[in-house]
Amino acid sequence: MLDALFVRRWLVAAADAVDREAERLTELDSPIGDADHGSNLRRGFRAVAAVLEKEAPDTPGAVLMLAGRQLISTVGGASGPLYGTLLRRTGKDLGDAPEVDPARFAQALRTGVDAVAALGGAAPGDKTMLDALVPGIDALDNSPGSFGSFGAAREAALQGALATTPLQARKGRASYLGERSIGHQDPGATSSALLFAALAETADGIRGSREGSRD
Amino acid sequence: MTDGPLVGIVLVSHSGAVAEAVAALAVALAGGGSTAPVAAAGGTADGGLGTSAELISTAAARVDGGAGVAVLADLGSAVLTVKALVAEGDELPDGTRLVDAPFVEGAVAAVVSASAGADLAAVEAAAAEAYACRKV
Repeated sequence: MLDALFVRRWLVAAADAVDREAERLTELDSPIGDADHGSNLRRGFRAVAAVLEKEAPDTPGAVLMLAGRQLISTVGGASGPLYGTLLRRTGKDLGDAPEVDPARFAQALRTGVDAVAALGGAAPGDKTMLDALVPGIDALDNSPGSFGSFGAAREAALQGALATTPLQARKGRASYLGERSIGHQDPGATSSALLFAALAETADGIRGSREGSRD
Repeated sequence: MTDGPLVGIVLVSHSGAVAEAVAALAVALAGGGSTAPVAAAGGTADGGLGTSAELISTAAARVDGGAGVAVLADLGSAVLTVKALVAEGDELPDGTRLVDAPFVEGAVAAVVSASAGADLAAVEAAAAEAYACRKV
């Protein structure tokens, strides 16, 4: 079961990953964006990690709502409202359940991904975050109820991000570049893959500690 | 038209300078006496390019007189941030609406009509109508 602590660990792991990869994200955002994706997300996720240290909401939904709100108010670029909406809608969907199973969590995450699509008006294939988020969430759904599905989601989201390279951008600033956007990996899909990687890392940690505690 | 409070206008741009300049332009063109409250919310809180949810919430609170607030936004993150704040439900004054309009022309239409006492729906219609004014 996933509880508030699991979600906090996930978001802290995501903040660490964004911190580590910020320069690479900004590099990816240089040829087709405005070269601030890494620094913007780093600022947002540092704020998330800081607020989660101070406040400790006791349900997964409340942790996600708090984190999403931080992203909307601190990122400063389009990824703020998009990732903020992803976390808030996921949290809202979970309601005040103290813990949820992986299948329920995956279902809520899909609600969040759908809200991102509605907010940005994008669909898979447009060379956006959704090109990693949608395969990731589909992989979670393919083996519902299993912690192992998080590993499959990590791989699917990563492959989704890599597959944005030959696409032509149809949303956001990159879309103004037309064919010149082809040949570059999308920074938003890349950061979305990091979120799924952090989720898998957190699930692995939980499984590891459970196996350890059986001794 | 009403004698009550006027609709407030918030101008959200990716750039602080753009938001301030468009606000000044719209107020100047509305001219002749008192105008509806207008607030600029451009750039990030530290003066960079981007969007600040905090600046937007503060601006909306400042122009809210109870008749509603019309928000106009320019690019990418400005539009998305306003939409996300509206969806939050409790971040902006009741009766705050993102108006679908061209930024400069819509701002002038919104400020002129709000200053004349138009209600929120009429302000929104006036701003949106600016899309229909072709230039060629």
